[in-house]
Amino acid sequence: MLSISQLAIRFTQYDRGLRRKQLQVITDLSLSVEAGEVVAVVGSSGSGKSLLAHALLGILPDNAQQQGQVSFLGEPLTPERCRQLRGKAIALIPQSISSLDPLMQVGHQVQRVAQLAGASQAEARTTVGRTFARYDLPKSTGDRYPFQVSGGMARRVLVSTAVVTQAQLVIADEPTPGLHPDVAKETLQHLRELAQGGRGVILITHDIEAALQIADRVAVFYAGTTVEIAAAADFPAGNLRHPYSQALWRALPQNEFIPVPGSQPSPEALPRGCLFGDRCPQVSEVCQMERPPLRPLNQGWVRCVHAEG
Amino acid sequence: MLKANGLWFRYGRRLPWVIENQTLAIAPGERVALVAPSGRGKTTLSKLLAGYLQPQQGQIRLDDRPLPSQGYCPIQLIFQHPELAINPRWRIDQSLNEAPRPSPEILAALGIQPGWLQRYPHELSGGELQRLAIARVLTPATRYLIADEMTAMLDANTQALIWQVVLEFAQEHGVGLVVISHSEALLGRICERAIALGG
Amino acid sequence: MRLSPTVPSRLSGFSNRRQHTLGAIALCGLFLLGVMVSPWFLSDAGLNPILALRNQPPSWSYPFGTDWLGRNMMVRSLQGLSLSLRVGLLAASVSAIIGTGLGVAAGSLGGWVDAVIIWIIDVFFSLPHLVLLILIAFAVGGGTRGVIIAVALTHWTSLARVMRAEVLQLNGADYVQISRRLGRSPFWIAQHHLMPHLLPQLLVGLILLFPHAILHEAALSFIGIGISPHLPAIGIILAESMRHLSTGYWWLGVMPGLLLLLAVKAFDWLGENLRALLDPKTSQG
Repeated sequence: MLSISQLAIRFTQYDRGLRRKQLQVITDLSLSVEAGEVVAVVGSSGSGKSLLAHALLGILPDNAQQQGQVSFLGEPLTPERCRQLRGKAIALIPQSISSLDPLMQVGHQVQRVAQLAGASQAEARTTVGRTFARYDLPKSTGDRYPFQVSGGMARRVLVSTAVVTQAQLVIADEPTPGLHPDVAKETLQHLRELAQGGRGVILITHDIEAALQIADRVAVFYAGTTVEIAAAADFPAGNLRHPYSQALWRALPQNEFIPVPGSQPSPEALPRGCLFGDRCPQVSEVCQMERPPLRPLNQGWVRCVHAEG
Repeated sequence: MLKANGLWFRYGRRLPWVIENQTLAIAPGERVALVAPSGRGKTTLSKLLAGYLQPQQGQIRLDDRPLPSQGYCPIQLIFQHPELAINPRWRIDQSLNEAPRPSPEILAALGIQPGWLQRYPHELSGGELQRLAIARVLTPATRYLIADEMTAMLDANTQALIWQVVLEFAQEHGVGLVVISHSEALLGRICERAIALGG
Repeated sequence: MRLSPTVPSRLSGFSNRRQHTLGAIALCGLFLLGVMVSPWFLSDAGLNPILALRNQPPSWSYPFGTDWLGRNMMVRSLQGLSLSLRVGLLAASVSAIIGTGLGVAAGSLGGWVDAVIIWIIDVFFSLPHLVLLILIAFAVGGGTRGVIIAVALTHWTSLARVMRAEVLQLNGADYVQISRRLGRSPFWIAQHHLMPHLLPQLLVGLILLFPHAILHEAALSFIGIGISPHLPAIGIILAESMRHLSTGYWWLGVMPGLLLLLAVKAFDWLGENLRALLDPKTSQG
């Protein structure tokens, strides 16, 4: 349904005075999403995972330049097509209730989302009623203002905004941080249900545990590249292909809680070779010569020359 | 010894009490989890302990003396959102110098690169900023550290890296830790005992 | 690979947005400065009545035409606008100082000081602006002094509100509270955290005050309680022109009016561009 290949995004920023510099924030991202599956995008802050969402929705800032191929339902996703499709065929579940208009009742806002996606006023009203009922939101919730709904309800309202659009692709950007574990679990379950209803879901998160609860496949991002695409089952089974994904798994407190030292390379001065090279225990001369390509391995993908089946 | 005795706190005269008759004691070098359902005042209690808020009743005493009202506070609080903890108009270097400058070993252990120091906060990622916010309070003057969802926004690797440095520092300097986290696995990894709020 | 800049149209004309912004600032600044100092470079010759050249419509030698006494309208308009700008500058500066002082005091002292200042601001807001202007100008005896005092006393309220809100927000900001726990004194915090944040606000606020000050100065002069009719202030020129509009001498009102509009717009543009440049959030755009 969605296929992204070799996506690159560069920002032009002002340094001091009139001098400008180039920031390569996304170097080489590849990802595909099929109807009916949840693909989790996992990475640290600064790995480019939120920018991916912005690119898909066509809301990158003016000083960004985009390269590479993105196609949605078989056709290239141009900036014009992004504008046409966002809110209709591609929907975003925002991170928090603060994305809603604080001065407008939530029911109206969700209804407006449905209308903007093409439904008539009457249709929109019934859709909203049905959706709220499905998420156990009492009828009175629709008449409340965003500050009046509790954390758990707020999440369900935010999920509703995506559901009423009939969007085929739903992007959820960091839906869990700051939530009580039970509410987080419930929110994730709603995303799972969206996929079971035949939609494609991209779950953007820094939290592997959350991702593994519902994802079919997990794409691990590092410094603006896809370093690995693995089945969710590969994590607990120890079948991970890339040293960074292995490190992420090992660093979980319930596992070994041991980190790899160092930090992501700066987008201003990326190394010539493998972007993970300076932190990798297996680094060799070949890695530092040129950036390894993303290659298929054991029904997954990996960007590492050392990975073996 | 950090002791809180019969703390009462509410945000306004007509609002309900958030903290009711809370008493606790934490020894130097101890690692304690603060546990309560959400919305039951964990963050409020940590702000009271670090002197950001004043209790309406009760006292907080460090080694049987009240907290100093000015100068460097020996009890430091680390927040969840590092981008709010650093002045957005300052270069990183300036923010690091706001407190006694942390040792180069601490900076290196946290993976802070010299290149970051001349940048502005919006040019760094959340994980990088949190390392800086933590480096700032890892100085010998800190006796107790309160981590309020300190790594909730960070990936597993950065979380483990930051905790490794903090735990090592705490052990070396006998710093007491108070940890708030929704992750039971993390609390289980770090803490020796738990204090349930209201209990 | 396909290169697709997100907004090609905006990037094509000016390769560098910051150059564009700085250019706009320089252009507005030069234009306004030019108007302000123009009387010292123009000869007074244009002000002498030449009855043979009465009521000439705009032409190459008289771009703004001449009036019923044959005076050069462009020279008169520039003289008038220059005077108005200087009066506006003085009034706006005094106003900005009052606004900043009271706003910062209200925000940082709080308590009854805050309550009193807020009350004064609300009183000023609840009274019709022009009525208050007229009353004050009249009470202090009119004239240039009256205009300056009236404009200065009535225009500080919105800046005071902005400043108060800024101070409250900054004092509540995590990084300011942390700074205090890191051992920094209130004075140090005011100097290092508050000042650098408030100064750009003050600058932009001052520049955005100008157009109001100038327009209200012109309005007061127009209705006859402002600057003395002997001086060629822009408001006086516009008031005089009203008597001649019905006789078809449109340029007497339109040309000085356009010049005033241009000057006010230039200040507005200057302020907006300066704000865009000083705010780190927009300065990258």
